[in-house]
Amino acid sequence: MKYIDEYRDADAVGRLADRLATEVTRPWTIMEICGGQTHAIVRFGIDELLPDGVTLVHGPGCPVCVTSAATIDAALDLAARPDVIFCSFGDMLRVPGSKMDLLTIRAGGGDVRTVYSPMDAVGIAQDNPEKKVVFFAIGFETTAPTTAMAVYYAARENIGNFSLLVSHVLVIPAMEAILSSPESSINGFLAAGHVCTVTGYNAYHAVAEKYRTPIVVTGFEPLDLMRGIYACVRQLESGKYEVDNQYARAVRPEGNIPALNTIDRVFEICDREWRGLGTIPHSGLKLKNEYAGHDAELIFNVKPVISAESSVCISGRILQGAAKPPQCPAFGKQCTPEHPLGATMVSSEGACAAYYRYRPSHNRKE
Amino acid sequence: MTEKKIFNPVCPIPISDYPVVLMAHGGGGTLTGQLIDKLFMAAFDSSQLEARTDSALLTVDRNRLAFTTDSFVVSPLFFPGGDIGSLAVYGTINDLATSGARPLYLSAGFIIEEGLAMATLWEIALSMATAARAAGIAIVTGDTKVVERGKGDGVYINTSGIGIIDHNLDIGPACIRPGDVVMVNGDIGRHGMAIMAARESLGFKSRIESDAASLSSMVQLLIRAEFEIHCLRDLTRGGLASAANELAATAGVTIEFEEPKIPVDEAVAGFCEVLGIDVCHSACEGRMMIILPETQAPQCLQALKNHDLGRGAAVIGRVTEAASAPVILVNAMGTRRILSMLSGEQLPRIC
Repeated sequence: MKYIDEYRDADAVGRLADRLATEVTRPWTIMEICGGQTHAIVRFGIDELLPDGVTLVHGPGCPVCVTSAATIDAALDLAARPDVIFCSFGDMLRVPGSKMDLLTIRAGGGDVRTVYSPMDAVGIAQDNPEKKVVFFAIGFETTAPTTAMAVYYAARENIGNFSLLVSHVLVIPAMEAILSSPESSINGFLAAGHVCTVTGYNAYHAVAEKYRTPIVVTGFEPLDLMRGIYACVRQLESGKYEVDNQYARAVRPEGNIPALNTIDRVFEICDREWRGLGTIPHSGLKLKNEYAGHDAELIFNVKPVISAESSVCISGRILQGAAKPPQCPAFGKQCTPEHPLGATMVSSEGACAAYYRYRPSHNRKE
Repeated sequence: MTEKKIFNPVCPIPISDYPVVLMAHGGGGTLTGQLIDKLFMAAFDSSQLEARTDSALLTVDRNRLAFTTDSFVVSPLFFPGGDIGSLAVYGTINDLATSGARPLYLSAGFIIEEGLAMATLWEIALSMATAARAAGIAIVTGDTKVVERGKGDGVYINTSGIGIIDHNLDIGPACIRPGDVVMVNGDIGRHGMAIMAARESLGFKSRIESDAASLSSMVQLLIRAEFEIHCLRDLTRGGLASAANELAATAGVTIEFEEPKIPVDEAVAGFCEVLGIDVCHSACEGRMMIILPETQAPQCLQALKNHDLGRGAAVIGRVTEAASAPVILVNAMGTRRILSMLSGEQLPRIC
């Protein structure tokens, strides 16, 4: 398959791993930000190909995982209303709030639909004028432009029965929160390639400089990942902390300007609660006042609630790279993809779910 | 005769887990397994069910019979490469065939939604007739019910089938041995992606056609050629991954696949990439695993390749003693991972 096979070339990956092994002189800890990268690393066993001393830890970049339980509880309330058609990306459907998930709401009679694009939800609103159609707008800067476009279009076309339940999050505030944490042991970052296709990487220079930490924009295939790790380690070994782009086939320094303009037109920055991490200042997007008529939180008067989380689960530490999934006493026992206790097990891209799904011989229930 | 207590007033699937049935309970993955194990097995308590074969194997007056049933609720009713009618015939035939039986008779039950076009029903019936004739099986009994508009998806079909086992081979999960090789008769995952492409409004066209087909003649060919087949299993919902996990768990072994050797059509692979779905979880309706001793593998592979449905056959793995997980996938880079059953409903990823 073109654009896939050449980046899954086992020989090329092996050669790069060998070169890396000859060049590493000290232990380094590198965090991949994105859940898609975590998933690929564990699926392809990239971490097992690395020399001793190079450790990968897994970041908070799974938007499904970090959507707060309180927001999901709000989504469940909306989805259960008889006057609402609730639209969501597929993998959000089985993420539990404090008690249940959207699949259970659907089984109980709620009209919950999977869409591939927020624009599909706008189409559903046009086809069902007697219903209120709510789209669950989650994701990083990757999905924000399409959500922004959908609400912009709905406002322009006067589609008054379309609204968004917004829980968009931003990457850089999360990286800074992790780097500022006293528990942080991170020497370098692999930045999420897909997010950078939208945002570019100009804004990363200040972060690299401030925290003296190299950042390498990295793709999602085995060879992409190995190149990103290699580039990061080379910087670390030579004492550099620059921003490097190993995903140049998709990412430009300035990003996708029309997409960024669309985000700016519709959204403004707000504080946001992250599941497992708590509230991070300036880390979310919310609709601007002029789009209040399409803001589900206002339309349905969604009240902020405190949702209880498991006391055993260590997903907060895992999301910061301070612990790995098998270190959790609940991993594979009380906590499985069917019955997740916390953020990192709820989505297929969460670190715990990736380990559970792909790694043999971790402690699992019989 | 002592009356056996079959009624347990406490539901064996704790209410706290799932108070209602989810779509995932029918997805062929972990939750389906739990539903069968904890609820139906507990209620029905039969030794034939315990054997976990695709068909119940029954002995009647020294004749060995296979008996199976399957229901079809596919939407849309017509899809590239087939329709619900041919699928309902092939599905039951394949369950009989992979039990080593020669399919003989089929029943057909229809649950029809009020308002379904008569022409559509006629087309489905003709498709069933054609499929049955081609496979040499007769549809000999049936039933029709109509439900109110909105209470069905056009039409649901149930088929049951009886076949005869007219050879002395023992074929089933219990016969799987470490050292056996695992083959598949062609590229995997096509049915699932053909349905997905026809159902989902993705806005791009695909040329993917379902692999739906009767496996009976191919199985009979292998049996007549006297290959020492240990087990056959057709790949349906849940794909290669679920079928392999079920077999490995029942047989108490590990199945180790070599990922680069698993045949996958390029369009199917691309579609799976776009949707973020593991092709090993995508459904098939004309594919099976063939498990037999290594010494017989080359000749068996050749025999498969000589059959229309086996041109894309390949050796994809082997059976080992039970290891760290029931099914292991070794990729091109030599690293190993679990190939787990589909967990929950197959849902496309956000990014």
